[in-house]
Amino acid sequence: MSTLFLQHLANGLLDGTYYLLIALGLSLIFSLGGIVNLAHGAFYAVGAYLTVLLGPHIGFGGALFVSPLLVALLGVAFERLLFQRFYRSDPILSLLLTFGLALVAEQTLRMIFGAPPLSYSIPSWLRGQIFLGDFIYSRYRATLLLIAATCVALIWLLLNRTAFGRVVKAGVQNPDMVGALGISLSPYMMTVAGIGIGLAGLAGVLLAPIYSIHPAMGQDIITPAFVVVVIGGLGSFWGVVVAALLVGLVKGATIGLGYPQWSTAVIYLMMLLVLLFRPRGLFGERIQRFE
Amino acid sequence: MSKDFTLSRRAALGGAVAAGAVIIAKPSVILAQTSDVIRFGHLTPRTGFLGPLGEYGVMAADLAVEEINAAGGVLGRKLEILKEDSVNPQTASTKAERMVERDKVAAIIGEISSASCLTIAQVAQRTKTLYINTGGNSDALRGTNCSKYMFHVESQNSMYVKTCGRSLMAQGLVQGKKWFSLTADYAFGHDLLKVAKRFMEGAGGQFAADKLVPTDLTDFSALLLEIRNARPDLVIANLAGNQITNFLKQYSEFGLQFPVGGFGFDTALAWAAGKENFIGTWPVVWHHLIDTPNTKKFVAAFTAKYRKPPENQAWGDYLAVKIFAQSMNELKSTDSAKIIEHWEKGAKFDVMKTREGYFRARDHQMMHEMFTVSGVGAKAPNQWDIFAASPAVPAANESLEVIASTAEENECKMA
Repeated sequence: MSTLFLQHLANGLLDGTYYLLIALGLSLIFSLGGIVNLAHGAFYAVGAYLTVLLGPHIGFGGALFVSPLLVALLGVAFERLLFQRFYRSDPILSLLLTFGLALVAEQTLRMIFGAPPLSYSIPSWLRGQIFLGDFIYSRYRATLLLIAATCVALIWLLLNRTAFGRVVKAGVQNPDMVGALGISLSPYMMTVAGIGIGLAGLAGVLLAPIYSIHPAMGQDIITPAFVVVVIGGLGSFWGVVVAALLVGLVKGATIGLGYPQWSTAVIYLMMLLVLLFRPRGLFGERIQRFE
Repeated sequence: MSKDFTLSRRAALGGAVAAGAVIIAKPSVILAQTSDVIRFGHLTPRTGFLGPLGEYGVMAADLAVEEINAAGGVLGRKLEILKEDSVNPQTASTKAERMVERDKVAAIIGEISSASCLTIAQVAQRTKTLYINTGGNSDALRGTNCSKYMFHVESQNSMYVKTCGRSLMAQGLVQGKKWFSLTADYAFGHDLLKVAKRFMEGAGGQFAADKLVPTDLTDFSALLLEIRNARPDLVIANLAGNQITNFLKQYSEFGLQFPVGGFGFDTALAWAAGKENFIGTWPVVWHHLIDTPNTKKFVAAFTAKYRKPPENQAWGDYLAVKIFAQSMNELKSTDSAKIIEHWEKGAKFDVMKTREGYFRARDHQMMHEMFTVSGVGAKAPNQWDIFAASPAVPAANESLEVIASTAEENECKMA
């Protein structure tokens, strides 16, 4: 295997990581609350804009912590004010709600910051490249991978090694039973929405220095993230992780094999195949209320 | 409180709201019939990947209308501009038709997407309404798809390619050199690539690689690795909108050192890339640092109103509104036929550059000077003045037509 091909795979992995940060939140919120959050991309955009706004005052390092936190708080506010009213209603209603929210958010960003894209550069302490023989990688991207991997590990620990996680997982499978046991899911839903939306905000911060920051940037990422959720299967943590990395790798390999023009089509093709042969997704669990 | 009462109060409220809506919706119908205003239609993408550029066009058109009205309006009447998001070619066509039929606009201005220019031009032709294209670059609009009722203040792709090509030749980046080209995979990119190849073959260079890039691609890392391995003499990025910004940011991230250039460009994209990342040689139809009195006046007025300098798309829409107003005032008429005759006879306009411009009768393309800009790096004084510009192209002793396509290259048969 040539170094170039390996490099394409490495890049594919990174692509997968972006998708993962967005898709994990999407999947968590959908699994627990039954809400398809079409506004998820908007929170990603808000994260990026906050970085541009805060960066000059508290530096990129500061924005890396503060922006996702602010976005998470925003998410909690939306969950309390809006989402929670729709947990038990027809999914089409929450779909309409979040679709509207995405439009309002985009337009609000346009009104505040203007339509032209804003600039933000990689901070000087993260600039530079890593060379390993023929292999070259950007130091910023390596850092980004590390941060994303840490987040994913922390979320896995939270879901699988804590009492909090056990309730959330039970709530995904059977909310009525959790209720019958005397546990109110409401604070759990709020926390999950905060974490999921905060992750989208984090993705916004991490990508601000390498992508262009414009009001509609949320739309660019939301579709592939949905594809990842569909391929991975609902309710499955590892499903989303595997699907995100798989989508990234397949995309990278497609480019590496010399078909860059197919790199976008191939992920939809994967979704189609999965839907045909495993409609519940690769690792999708059987969730009673969605059957 | 009885249920009946509540219901009837609701009904009454509903009626009041409906009546209000009719009153709100009505003014456009009433206005359309008054003769004390002259109305222009402005159509440009305000959402989607061209939206950020369209917004500059809208701001500039508003400014132009304000200035014209302050100076007495058009034919002694107040000038009004109806602005709509053109969205896509089909919507652009529907909206153009409504502007002409319902709102009785005297002229249509705008666009960035060449595909939408084409559908607006068809409405213009059918309704005999003049249309000035302010941002569509495709050569075909001035060639196979040219139209008697469409004029272009925006330069065609050929002018962009030849302007930038001259600069690249002067830097020794053409003859005997290898280019690695990235082209946005849609009509604009294909048209640009065709013209670029024609230029390159004529000038003795060759393409080391020629990659089509999907318009929704945001991550260029894979292509950057290929570029690094191909070791070209020049990287040509003929990309679409925000893609150029992403490309420049990531090019700097990966630390590649090959010279960069491209044939389609807007200064807003350089501003979005930031002074640390903006590199390369790029053609522009106009830029805010041109040292002429009218550019200075325009930049000052625009900056005062919007707290940022205008970019090249602002120039196009501002100029088109001004040209219409000026010609209508000179001819004392809004009659399309008279204006076409006046323009085709070679009427000159101050286009805020060193030389005056005029519409070429053969294809209605504005003949005017162009420029190339290159990044100045971290030493830029602020976030806007991040490039240095070439002198005007063509040079003062040359015809303005030398950078435009010839009749053989791009034949136009006007219907």
